[in-house]
Amino acid sequence: MADNLQVELVAADRTVWSGEATMVIARTVEGDVGVLRGHAPMLSLLTEAVVEIAEVDGDVVVAAVDGGFLSVANDRVSILSERSVLASEINVDEARAELEAARSGELDVPDETERRIRLAEARIRAVEKAS
Amino acid sequence: MAVSLREYRARIKSTESMKKITRAMELIAASRIIKAQQRAQAAAPYARELTRAVSAVATFSNVDHPLTREEENPKRAAVLVVTSDRGLAGAYSSSVLKEAERLAERLREEGKEIDWYITGRKGEAYFKFRSRPVVRVWTGFSDQPSYDVAAEIGHALIESFLKEQGEDGDVDEVHVVYTRFRSMLTQEPTAVRLLPLEVVEAEDGGPGEKPGASEVLPLYEFEPSPEAVLDGLLPQYVQSRIFFALLQAAASELAARQKAMKSATDNADELIKKYTRIANQARQAGITQEISEIVGGVNALADANAGSE
Repeated sequence: MADNLQVELVAADRTVWSGEATMVIARTVEGDVGVLRGHAPMLSLLTEAVVEIAEVDGDVVVAAVDGGFLSVANDRVSILSERSVLASEINVDEARAELEAARSGELDVPDETERRIRLAEARIRAVEKAS
Repeated sequence: MAVSLREYRARIKSTESMKKITRAMELIAASRIIKAQQRAQAAAPYARELTRAVSAVATFSNVDHPLTREEENPKRAAVLVVTSDRGLAGAYSSSVLKEAERLAERLREEGKEIDWYITGRKGEAYFKFRSRPVVRVWTGFSDQPSYDVAAEIGHALIESFLKEQGEDGDVDEVHVVYTRFRSMLTQEPTAVRLLPLEVVEAEDGGPGEKPGASEVLPLYEFEPSPEAVLDGLLPQYVQSRIFFALLQAAASELAARQKAMKSATDNADELIKKYTRIANQARQAGITQEISEIVGGVNALADANAGSE
């Protein structure tokens, strides 16, 4: 286990993915961050974006998160996000529809609208990246 | 006699069909508990990681956050009562409500007014019947709460908590009353203070096990800053605590329902046994009477014949 990162991607009501990985790429509020083995302990805020987890056998797990946290310590990486989903679980058409709905400005809360747009975009991007 | 025999038989029949219903409800509740427990288990990793993160930030920075700040002289407290949507769960809802009343009593003694927040139709009905004001009610999810609901409740509570004193709808403390699921046999109503948060450690009743005492927390770097991380963490922590309470309440509700339905089924069994006995007695009494009537009739005939000869 010492050679790899132990990664846990958890949503509020379930563990979305967990296992060993060689690298994790996520987008924090300050920009993209890549985590390799031996990374310094870190706790940072994520934005609505795509998270990539490079598995040991070379496959890449792609997921979309809606904010949340990335915590790294002793080669353990936990990504906490209330509603994180794997790319394979995303329904692209639904995400597109949500994006349309959010863009049409049906909500009069600008922050929330923007958040929804980012989330929908992240989901679509996750699917595109995975395919 | 014959009439009452028919009555008893009808009663036996209706008790039997009632027994079928309660038995079915018992089985349904039993199968749902397993699901509810699985959901609670699935939510555990998130709560655990969140608790770790919160204690990490709390350890390495001076926590001064609106959500952890104690008001100097608290005047108003919000109480969230988690009840069920449906009855037929024994004393489940009434014992939560009793616990809530006890808490309210204590808070009133401390000179605080109370804003009620309710989840579940039973609680709603309880307050409506007594025409007591309720700030907000959420219903329709008591046996399988989703995280979205917890997030919404958390949002509403945090919002009122963050208001300044004197503002409309401001509260200085937030308490939650829910039923803890100890085992299939025991569920206990519990009251915990949710806000202001005590971040130091997951207190009893917290969602996650605390990180082992021997485990030294690494020196984290916070991005962008400890304050910002805390800002994002705490509301989620609150929501996850509420979610935990809802999940526990759901499991407790189902367990209480299973227990109630089991004893209802047992009672129906007893009743059927009792009525069957009475019905048999009535049947025997009827037969005996008929026989004695016939014998009496024959004797009278014989006497009359003897007299005429």
